[in-house]
Amino acid sequence: MCTTCGCSIGQTHINGKSMQLHQHSDRPLNYRPLKHSHAHEHNPMPAGTSHSSNSIHFGTGIAGTHAPGMSQARMVKIGRDILAKNNHYADENRRYLSEHGIFALNLVSSPGSGKTTLLVKTIEMLRGKLPIAVIEGDQQTDHDAARIRATGAPAIQINTGKGCHLDAHMIRHAIQQLPLQDNSLLFIENVGNLVCPSGFDLGEAHKVVTLSVTEGEDKPLKYPDMFYAADLMLLNKCDLLPHLTFDVELAIEYAHRIHPAMPVIQISATQGSGMPEWIDWIMSGCHSVATVKQDLKQSDSTFG
Amino acid sequence: MHEMSLAENIIQLIEDAALEQQFTQVITVWLEIGQLACVEKESLRFYFDVVTQDSIARQAKLEIIETAGQALCNQCKQDILIAAYHEACPHCGSYALQVTQGDEMRIKELEVR
Repeated sequence: MCTTCGCSIGQTHINGKSMQLHQHSDRPLNYRPLKHSHAHEHNPMPAGTSHSSNSIHFGTGIAGTHAPGMSQARMVKIGRDILAKNNHYADENRRYLSEHGIFALNLVSSPGSGKTTLLVKTIEMLRGKLPIAVIEGDQQTDHDAARIRATGAPAIQINTGKGCHLDAHMIRHAIQQLPLQDNSLLFIENVGNLVCPSGFDLGEAHKVVTLSVTEGEDKPLKYPDMFYAADLMLLNKCDLLPHLTFDVELAIEYAHRIHPAMPVIQISATQGSGMPEWIDWIMSGCHSVATVKQDLKQSDSTFG
Repeated sequence: MHEMSLAENIIQLIEDAALEQQFTQVITVWLEIGQLACVEKESLRFYFDVVTQDSIARQAKLEIIETAGQALCNQCKQDILIAAYHEACPHCGSYALQVTQGDEMRIKELEVR
């Protein structure tokens, strides 16, 4: 844990190396000194402070109290999103990715839904079509990155330590370290967790949520934030349906209660059913990102 | 668990504001948390206390203002209140809702000296 502010970045590792502690401002931030410094003038008591009687009231400030020598409290408007910093990094990531024509997908699900197997199969099916790189997020181990590297695709492992999600700052570091090619595909496999990753924009084009049929069909109702945040749902392990009581229609209905227009693709990563449709969805996303990059270039040359 | 990250983000924004606005102590922090936001408020309070311990916001009071979830029903075009994403329109029963308010997490203002 960072000893300056208590943030947990010190536990984050990228490919086994500790992520650098972030810089805190040079100017020290001191909380109220215990001893009064007497560096300032002590003003005489304000006379006739707005009260009609002969009383002098020091407690009219917002705090309603007064401490000797202390100025009254004041209000400071902030009006910023709590995740403003993360969102700023996410915007930077998004700009970088779009300028380079990189289509980035943030794969989210609960642990054990088959994300890594899905990724391995997807990479095999896309081999030769376009360059692919992968960012793997897990609390511990680089097992998943090793599985991806075995396919020949470059992969970087982020270990979040005690962290329950990836954030945009981690992704920025990983993007800098990965060999990313223009007009390519970037998969970010988030920490297996159906709650926390929903709130953290990484700069991806889409969040893709995987639900496997070995889970309950009411997961979308139980973990609505993730299904609300995702733009595509993959229903995985469909080859197991004959052995299960999972109600596919009901699961899709529940998902659509949370996110009415969300497309759903039923797949089996291990047996291959539905995978061509998933590949088509990816390829059409890659084409639109490439078009945007082309437009950016043209407007640059027009205005540059 | 991400409430710890949220608390860390809050203290970072407060420290930024302290440099800009020249204050050295935070007395109260007002947050606006939407009813639909993915935040467990009690957990956030716990981590806020932990994270602010050695900071300018040590022992600051945390006030959470909850904003209502609102949506526009795409079917009957009425503005409605919802407490959760899975709710249906109370007028026509449709789930085709467009959330218009209630998923925000903001630091509204600070009481400082």
